[in-house]
Amino acid sequence: MEEGMYRAVCGGRIALQRRQYSASCREFSVRCPRLQLRSLSAATCSVWLAAYGLFVLSQNSMVLSAAIFITLIGLIVYLHFVKIDQESLLVIGSLGIQMTSSYASGKENTTFIEMSQVKDVVINEAIYMQKVIYYLCILLQDPQEPHGVSEVVPLFQSSKPRLDCLVEVYRSCQEILEQRKTSDFTRTLN
Amino acid sequence: MVLKVFFPSCCATAESGLLIGRWIPEQNSAVVLAVVHFPFIPGQVKQYLSEVQRVTQIDMCVLGSWSNSKQEKEEVLDKFLEDLSTIFSHEPWIQLSKEGDSKFWSCCIFQKCPSSPKEDEFILVYYDQRKVMLSQLHPTDSLTTFADHKGNDASKLGAVFDTVAKSKVLFMTDRYDDGPIKLTHWQSEGVEASIIVELMKQASVPVCMLLTFLLSLVSSVCKSRVLKFWPLSFIWSKLSTCEQLGHRLEHLQIISSNRKAQNQTQLMRKANIFVSLLIDMTLGILLMSWLYRENRIGQLADTLIPVADHIAKELQDLLQWLMGVPAGLKMNRALDQVLGRFFLYHIHLWISYIHLMSPFIEMILWYVGLSACLGLTVALSILSDIIALLTFHIYCFYVYGARLYCLKIYGLSSLWRLFRGKKWNVLRQRVDSCSYDLDQLFIGTLLFTILLFLLPTTALYYLVFTLLRLLVVFVQGLIHLLVDLIDSLPLYSVILRLCRSYRLAASVKFRVLEQKPGKPLRLLMQINPLSYGSVVQTYRLTTYACYPKDSWSSLCKKLFVGELIYPWKHKEEKLD
Repeated sequence: MEEGMYRAVCGGRIALQRRQYSASCREFSVRCPRLQLRSLSAATCSVWLAAYGLFVLSQNSMVLSAAIFITLIGLIVYLHFVKIDQESLLVIGSLGIQMTSSYASGKENTTFIEMSQVKDVVINEAIYMQKVIYYLCILLQDPQEPHGVSEVVPLFQSSKPRLDCLVEVYRSCQEILEQRKTSDFTRTLN
Repeated sequence: MVLKVFFPSCCATAESGLLIGRWIPEQNSAVVLAVVHFPFIPGQVKQYLSEVQRVTQIDMCVLGSWSNSKQEKEEVLDKFLEDLSTIFSHEPWIQLSKEGDSKFWSCCIFQKCPSSPKEDEFILVYYDQRKVMLSQLHPTDSLTTFADHKGNDASKLGAVFDTVAKSKVLFMTDRYDDGPIKLTHWQSEGVEASIIVELMKQASVPVCMLLTFLLSLVSSVCKSRVLKFWPLSFIWSKLSTCEQLGHRLEHLQIISSNRKAQNQTQLMRKANIFVSLLIDMTLGILLMSWLYRENRIGQLADTLIPVADHIAKELQDLLQWLMGVPAGLKMNRALDQVLGRFFLYHIHLWISYIHLMSPFIEMILWYVGLSACLGLTVALSILSDIIALLTFHIYCFYVYGARLYCLKIYGLSSLWRLFRGKKWNVLRQRVDSCSYDLDQLFIGTLLFTILLFLLPTTALYYLVFTLLRLLVVFVQGLIHLLVDLIDSLPLYSVILRLCRSYRLAASVKFRVLEQKPGKPLRLLMQINPLSYGSVVQTYRLTTYACYPKDSWSSLCKKLFVGELIYPWKHKEEKLD
């Protein structure tokens, strides 16, 4: 298992873990920067200051309880639906590619794409506001047209690693996809 | 070449024996369904397999051997297992062996003519047989089109799920049966069954027959010629209660039909309709019990007349306001008085009719309230109809105002063309120039001026009554939306997704188990259930949807021109 520290597009530090289980099975996990205590405290303090200001104006104590309620619910919703802790990519040579996002509350969201649907894994570039960013994506095969692409599935959407990290992952994935092509070739020969 | 073996996790502790299952050559994968134990007679095994193959339509065969030795590896057993490969010829012959309590198994294959000199790689995928058998795979749209085009080369997972689901017959024998073959699979400890389910299955046959008989009576009454005469048929088509009742009747007919559901979709549809009807009736009966307690119906009837009176009084005040100086605008006194008096007389008539009906209101409401036991949706439809009846005078005023305004607008546009010396050519459907005589021009211009200066008065009446009508339509629309929601929500599917989420599978997910170098790759295949949104979308019940007929721009255009608007249109065909 190898681990490396890289940077995300926004500048935060991310960690890439690479594991090789067998000749055709590899896993890449990117860990996003954790929830910072100071941003959490800043958000909570601002909400409570606003609530206290309203309380002073309206003299209604319901405002304070409502503020506590909102903070709690907001934190739970944020941890369960928004904050992604780790994104991993599992490539199994002849079965398929599986993407997992784990949220801060422990929830895991998994998508599996079968190998027969995968055309290729490439690094695309996109213009986002004033930046040009690179992202890794899976190209899905179009069933009607053998050379066409039906869908582009972007990977590592919330951790957004930079090009150096993406190149590592890309090279490893291509090694496994090469094996698929050679095995297809030997199968057609026999 | 990579060889994938799908092994059921229940057979991991089985005694040594033969592996039976299905070999999928295009994907180089073997789906193991059960393990046959020693002692067996090869001829009987082959016979049994061909019988099962005939019933299930899957190519079941002996895939290889499985050895679970508690002690050290026995040389004799190895030789014996190799000899078996000559008896049951299968290409390639898979040999799985487990030593003691080790988690890591070894896997090797025998091939008569090895296809490639490279060493073969194995992937061992464990799956939960019971869950995979019961689950229904819901591929996404892209995958279904993929499957259609590539034929059987399509989804590997679909093939695995299909194989396990179709071999239910194989799982019906357990170890207490005295047959020649001893199998291990998920049900080999004892076939699972539920007494409640069996009793319900037995009871459902006479209940369905009774229900079908009753429904045929009811539908023959409904279809009788008596009810098809013009005034009655018009009333039935306008009342939303009748539509809802017809809808529910159809649902009951679907449930009580004695044809078994062909596939999973039909089964889910029937179950959804049944649960929806049950919940509907329960809520309806609850509502009824609440209404009839403490004579709430009587109280409701007592407040109905004063409410109708109050609405009429408010309308009268509104008309008095319009007849005066509404919002500071100056109206044409004569037209204003005419229109105002006309509408006031209308309201007076309406109030008289309501007061005429008042002694019977309580009785009618009492009997109508009884029909709430047919379901909450029926009660809501009745409420919507009562609102429509109570605000019938608003509807009439809207129609009068709209027609008057519409005529005025048409007259104005036509005379405006005359004013400019043009005319509408009906043949060519365009505006052409035309030379009018002097007297035509004179009268036309005079009429144009009159209509133009009377426009604000009519427009104001039209505006006020259109707003009132839109308010009533909005309230009715909300009630219909609620009825649609109750009708179309697939409650059974949602509850199934909540409690038995493996039954509705969107896809699978793999977990990599502990590895040991030199041993095959071990993966655990688990079921990834559908999200709640996709469950509701896939299994939505058909409904007569109530949706806005016009887009915003065409609605505004109709309002401006004065055409009568019926914003909610009920679809003639069902919305799937």
